[in-house]
Amino acid sequence: MRAVCWNGKTDMRVETVPDPEILNPRDAIVKITSTAICGSDLHLYDGYIPTMKKGDILGHEFMGEVVELGRGVNNLKIGDRVVVPFTISCGNCFFCKKEMFSLCDNSNPNAWIAEKMMGHSPAGLYGYSHMTGGYAGGQAEYARVPFADIGPLKVPDGLEDEKVLFLSDIFPTGYFAAENANIQPGDTVAIWGCGPVGQFAIQSAWMLGAGRVIAIDRVPERLLLAQTWGRAEVIDYEEVDSVLDTLKDMTGGQGPDCCIDAVGMEAHGTTLDAKVDKLKQTVKLTFDRVHVLRESIMACRKGGTLSLAGVYGGFVDKIPMGAAFNKGLTLKMGQTPVQKYMRPLLEKVEKGEIDPSRVITHRLDIDDAPWGYKTFRDKEDNCIKVVLKPDGNGGFRQHGHLGHSHSHGGNGGNGGNGHTH
Amino acid sequence: MMYRVGQAAMVLSGAALVALVARHRWSGSQPDDREAFETAAEAESTPSIHTAFTIDKPRAELYAFWRRLENLPRFMKNLIEVTDLGNGRSHWVGKSALGLKGQWDAEIVEEREGQFLSWRSLPGSMISNAGTVSFEESPNGRGTIVRVTMEVGTGLGKVAAKLGGATQQEVREDLRRFKELMETGEVATTDGQPNGTRSLIGHLHNPI
Repeated sequence: MRAVCWNGKTDMRVETVPDPEILNPRDAIVKITSTAICGSDLHLYDGYIPTMKKGDILGHEFMGEVVELGRGVNNLKIGDRVVVPFTISCGNCFFCKKEMFSLCDNSNPNAWIAEKMMGHSPAGLYGYSHMTGGYAGGQAEYARVPFADIGPLKVPDGLEDEKVLFLSDIFPTGYFAAENANIQPGDTVAIWGCGPVGQFAIQSAWMLGAGRVIAIDRVPERLLLAQTWGRAEVIDYEEVDSVLDTLKDMTGGQGPDCCIDAVGMEAHGTTLDAKVDKLKQTVKLTFDRVHVLRESIMACRKGGTLSLAGVYGGFVDKIPMGAAFNKGLTLKMGQTPVQKYMRPLLEKVEKGEIDPSRVITHRLDIDDAPWGYKTFRDKEDNCIKVVLKPDGNGGFRQHGHLGHSHSHGGNGGNGGNGHTH
Repeated sequence: MMYRVGQAAMVLSGAALVALVARHRWSGSQPDDREAFETAAEAESTPSIHTAFTIDKPRAELYAFWRRLENLPRFMKNLIEVTDLGNGRSHWVGKSALGLKGQWDAEIVEEREGQFLSWRSLPGSMISNAGTVSFEESPNGRGTIVRVTMEVGTGLGKVAAKLGGATQQEVREDLRRFKELMETGEVATTDGQPNGTRSLIGHLHNPI
């Protein structure tokens, strides 16, 4: 089969590899119909997540058709159309029983690596380094799905892939971030980062009763989507002297009640701390650039809640703990327990309360994945979200919400040089 | 970084294996091996290996599975086969990290049903070890706390035990696999899954 393989920093290659096989009784094999590139994949692409190996198959947002089942899976049948959550969870352990699926005790074959780095191991994840299991991911024609009796969500035939694909990660992740932000009716919610997770966090903040949503980014088309689809007030951080002052001013001096960091470890910023982080990351003194974390701690109103959805990987410097402590902030964070949110959020899609496909800007053949990674990382070509079609039904790039489309000139797998919008 | 350390350890363990095989050839089954081992074990105030997991299953069920010694290779990675010889005695076949086979006999020293099981290898065995696995109800209702303590001797005996799969980390991973097997019915694995072209280093790396 064709699969998107990591070969080192910014070196993605589409290779022909063996098809996956059932390895355990509770496995399934899924023939993938749609699979997406996640913002968190860009941390792998940029080489900031340790324990990657050349040849690793990436991808943790995928869906498709069940084509093979282990003898231990009784709730699925061949031909079922399923969305697969990015968290691999057993359903039996202490954590899964409490619906903390992303903290599963039993799904990471390399738990010892994670234990050494973090004290304890989180759940196994698809295509997200060997520290989280080294599982082959879903940017491929087929994927092996462990604990298939717990994870995959059957979806009705009437809903096309693009409406349900993001139940695999970014919609639940945005919703989890908003839920973690402890939004009370009428609260002001500030969201850093208007990428796909930020967009879903904005949507979810309204669902959870926010009175006002303020979104912060610098990329025009992302700010535009936050305004139009997200009905958010926006701050372009490159256009204001100080995000802190602007937020304080907008909230009459109080600061936002709830802050959501939908950026994580590769934050950009215009302030000194952001520039120092960039330098340290370049010389490998730190994995994480944490400007947004610092800024959101400083911005949050006293007694407010800060929710982290963006991924952090390692050790971070110069966190204003004094501010967090003395302002009595609550910090909540973590990988999303996707299985907990898939069904209720599917219901919202079915009822037409939200159309998750609004974030899609690019639909590509799997062979164009390397171009997709680069374009998404560089935020070129108005790119917000890339969906890959392993069955060959991509083949062109289409601008979703921006309202125009054009055919793809057939850039090969390694770069898209010469492409202009 | 971690992988580099892992590779260095592999090279070292390869060298140590040569030492082990040499030792085994000339020492054979000298009776004073056992004595030396016991003295060394007593001299140490804390066991050389100690690890614990909380397993969300009843104590009796976990004990029964473990006590059926034929089950052990299902979660102990370096074991190929265990045969219960009756009267508390058993025959073990294991393999080293590099795939070399070793055999030894062991006996159960003491056991209390549903609570603990202590064993030791018999005098003259290639592998010298003694240990206890205990099963204790978790005070907060989260199942059973399973603890393994092991003595693996000192000097070359320790090297031999390590090659037989008895480092702290390997015992811990065996116990983790026991937890996975008991809680989920299977052991999490990626062995046999596809991948793209590996580098030489990627080929060599072999996680515990």
